[in-house]
Amino acid sequence: MVRVRTPYLIASTLAFFLLVFLVIPVGEVIYVAFQDSSTGALTLINFVDFFKTSLFRESFVNSFYVAGMSVLFASLIAMPLAYFTTRFNFGGSIIIQTLGIVPLIMPPFVGAVAMQLLFGSNGSANLLLDQWFGINIPFMEGLNGVILVESIHYFPFILINLSAALNNIDRSMEEAAQNLGSSGMRLFRRIVLPLAMPGYLAGASLVFLKAFDDLGTPLLLNVNNMLATQAYLRISSIGISDPMGYVISVILVLFSLFSLWVSMLASKGKDYSGGGKGSSGLLKRDMRGWEKAGAYALIVFLLILVLSPHISLLLLSFGTIWSYSVLPDAFTTAHYVEVISTTREYITNTLLYAGIAASFDVFIGIAISYVVLRTQVIGRRWLDYIATGALAVPGVVLGIGYLRTFNDFNVPVIGKPLASWWVIIVIALTIRRLPYALRACTAALHQVSNTLEEAAENLGAGKTATVRKIVVPLMAGGIVAGFVTSFATATVELSATLMLVTAESDAPLAYGIYVFMQSAAGRGPGAALGLIAVVVVALGSYLAHHFIERNKRLQVTSTG
Amino acid sequence: MRQHKNTFYLFASISLSVGLLLSQALPAHALEDQLTVVTSYPKDLTTTFKKAFEKQYPGIKVEMLKKKTTAGVKYIQETASNNSSDLFWASAPDAFEVLKEDGLLQKYTVKATGIPEVIGSYPINDPDGYYKGFAGSGYGIMWNTRYLKAKKIPAPHEWSDLTKAVYHGHTGMSAPSRSGTTHLTVETILQGEGWDNGWKLMKEIAGNFHTVTERSFGVPDGVNSGQFGVGIVIDFFGLSSQASGFPVEFVYPSVTTLVPANIAIVNKAPHPEAAGAFIEFLLSDAGQRILLDPKIRRLPVRPEIYALAPKDFPNPFVDKSIGAKVKFDVLKSKSRYNLVNSMFDVMVTYRLDDLRKATKAVQDAEKAMVGKDNAEAAQLITEARALIAALPIDEAKSLDKEFAATFKKKRKKATDKVTGRQAEVEQQWDAMVKSNYAKAKALAEKASSLL
Repeated sequence: MVRVRTPYLIASTLAFFLLVFLVIPVGEVIYVAFQDSSTGALTLINFVDFFKTSLFRESFVNSFYVAGMSVLFASLIAMPLAYFTTRFNFGGSIIIQTLGIVPLIMPPFVGAVAMQLLFGSNGSANLLLDQWFGINIPFMEGLNGVILVESIHYFPFILINLSAALNNIDRSMEEAAQNLGSSGMRLFRRIVLPLAMPGYLAGASLVFLKAFDDLGTPLLLNVNNMLATQAYLRISSIGISDPMGYVISVILVLFSLFSLWVSMLASKGKDYSGGGKGSSGLLKRDMRGWEKAGAYALIVFLLILVLSPHISLLLLSFGTIWSYSVLPDAFTTAHYVEVISTTREYITNTLLYAGIAASFDVFIGIAISYVVLRTQVIGRRWLDYIATGALAVPGVVLGIGYLRTFNDFNVPVIGKPLASWWVIIVIALTIRRLPYALRACTAALHQVSNTLEEAAENLGAGKTATVRKIVVPLMAGGIVAGFVTSFATATVELSATLMLVTAESDAPLAYGIYVFMQSAAGRGPGAALGLIAVVVVALGSYLAHHFIERNKRLQVTSTG
Repeated sequence: MRQHKNTFYLFASISLSVGLLLSQALPAHALEDQLTVVTSYPKDLTTTFKKAFEKQYPGIKVEMLKKKTTAGVKYIQETASNNSSDLFWASAPDAFEVLKEDGLLQKYTVKATGIPEVIGSYPINDPDGYYKGFAGSGYGIMWNTRYLKAKKIPAPHEWSDLTKAVYHGHTGMSAPSRSGTTHLTVETILQGEGWDNGWKLMKEIAGNFHTVTERSFGVPDGVNSGQFGVGIVIDFFGLSSQASGFPVEFVYPSVTTLVPANIAIVNKAPHPEAAGAFIEFLLSDAGQRILLDPKIRRLPVRPEIYALAPKDFPNPFVDKSIGAKVKFDVLKSKSRYNLVNSMFDVMVTYRLDDLRKATKAVQDAEKAMVGKDNAEAAQLITEARALIAALPIDEAKSLDKEFAATFKKKRKKATDKVTGRQAEVEQQWDAMVKSNYAKAKALAEKASSLL
């Protein structure tokens, strides 16, 4: 009896959590999308307006185009990095993998300024091009600019998930193929790529969804004719009453779910799991001299490309004045002194909030993916859909929803509203970053064979013991990937946080950057604070990778 | 087996460190003697005032809660049922108007004396007594000297300068729907030049835009970086950028308005006494003097403070050119507030590319026209200009209460009724504007081909 009930218990706990912290607060805000503004009655007229408005139709097409192209370019960046570092014995694989995560951390506002100073119409790149060749390339203009930035910002989703998947492939499959005479590209195309598909799809669908729903990048480039910007601009104007902002939010959520469903169809009915033993990753081999040179050249080129915004951020944080010039006028450490002496608590708060949120995300992610893939609970897929839908909910909407829902709920003992307790920021981060961890965990579980669990249960292990001792350890790569992505992106979240901060002592780093970036003198300190976030996250993910690698070595020695 | 343990060690250590941090991070709030200020002002201003105020009232701890104006309004609206904020402190008068209409502000009678009724032609205080002006700011033009020098562009001095072809693609501004102060600039131009001419001027300026920034600080930010050369900004953005060392300059055009910066007590403020003390401090001699700090740089509302100001500091109480040319009609502005925002977005923000292309085509044709005599081409150019300037509604309609209500749609009670939907109206406008810009571009190109 227990065996039947437990999954339902877990599923309903998860459903309750999502209901209280996602569905209800968001519903509280976006119900106006379904309301007739003149009578207050339920209606779909606002959706009719949406499809009748040419601006919105254009925005929809633009968003779709940007999302699709971003997946393409992000794949072009991520695939070589993932393949070379997992396939070959490669000096500095861990460093490359770590640096590959850094682009995810684009601090609000300062990131934008750094990008403009580098790639903008009068940024360093164009000033040099103008000096040398007399040309100006509009890197940062219009939809192509958005695609460029989205690709170098979000390709780590593919890199991380694909690497985790490649590391999880059962070596025996590859050996079998090689014994049968397959090698080179054919081996990659027919065996490796298909087996790593869940990881790639997890990453690619995140890039697609994120580029489709992303607000920061189009705002930074002042591209207004995209859905997320249209929603935001309409929601955030003073004294708003226009329901279209919320209508667009609903459409963003629905379309995100639809594309998620399509990506699930793609992996349906296929078995990606390894054989009867714990998977052990691709065979690693050494490269020949010229191969190595080529691979290094490609990797160095890609890393320079994707890290250029952060190099610019570094210059900005040490620079005095940087205006219409290739490099700052002079360099100083004053900005760091100011940041460290005045805003230390922002940094500790951020580590605390993002750390708790990412840990929760991973636990919830494991639980949901397990319920979805391993149990027969009715309606289990909806847990996945709803949790992933959070990706498309604008941060402002979630923030307002929390204020509206939890302001009258006084937390016992603390004696103040939940909406103004710092824990609400953690919950907001958890919800907003849950999709990342969830996709990573789902992909990881896809690769774990059922047979191992069955074997454990046949040997008398209970469900809990099986999950704890067999499933979770085998998912470790994916779990760490999920933790890292959730953590990294949570450290720089702003839109919901800005709504929910009620005391400066509770504020995270992103709020600190916002405060600095409100005045001309604050640009340097803002950049310094942003760079601190980048370094902290890079260190964190380096440790996480180090941990996986060490584990793998331990595993090899114990089995071999 | 080792591997499994390690996985758990990782999470165990994370949870442990989380727990440790948690116990440290729990804030210990004093329940008395504090003051919570929701503000959109930058750190330089808030920190300086906080320190000075806490020095004068050692018992009161001030919490400055920084939120964008829009987020601040939302925050106060959403937390009203369990309010913990004492003061709302921001520039945009319309944000205060929104809060006032929702009954979320508290009346306060200022004890300080010696503060005039108007600054420029703008009334300093809310006539209903809810919010108080403590400083003024004027609108103007800032530019990046390196940028203009490199591109060989002259420095602008008047709004009309910005319509010239030489500035095409080099200027920037925020949108009135996102920045209350930008809204005032647009409304000032509309009132100063008249509805039709004002919009015509606005669109001629906008046709040269490099960008419409999402937030008002985006403009000084872009000019400081050299992303674009010229920006339409509030004075302290320009002057404080200069004070921070950026190669920028700022000028007041002859038609400008002074915008008051305001403060109000939030309804059911938990600390009304401290809040009152803060307002009095702002208006006191000591408080007003802080405004002269080069990093803050606001125009005091106390005339006598200007005696202490540096030489080039503008004094609106003496120099009547600042903000005196336009008699600003607050009620007019208020009645069509959202409508003007929406019109700007439809005609400029969302169709900037089309507007820019049309403007460029007209400017090219005019350049080709110089020194030539071609009546047909001249006629085409005039038509193209008229198409760009054409408006979907006239001023009478903009002041029509029933029509303006389409953009307000604030149903106070369930029984309230409003007609029309904003999305519907905007779609009609958009269709008209888009086809006009396209036609204007075609006409101007035709004119060029004749020359």
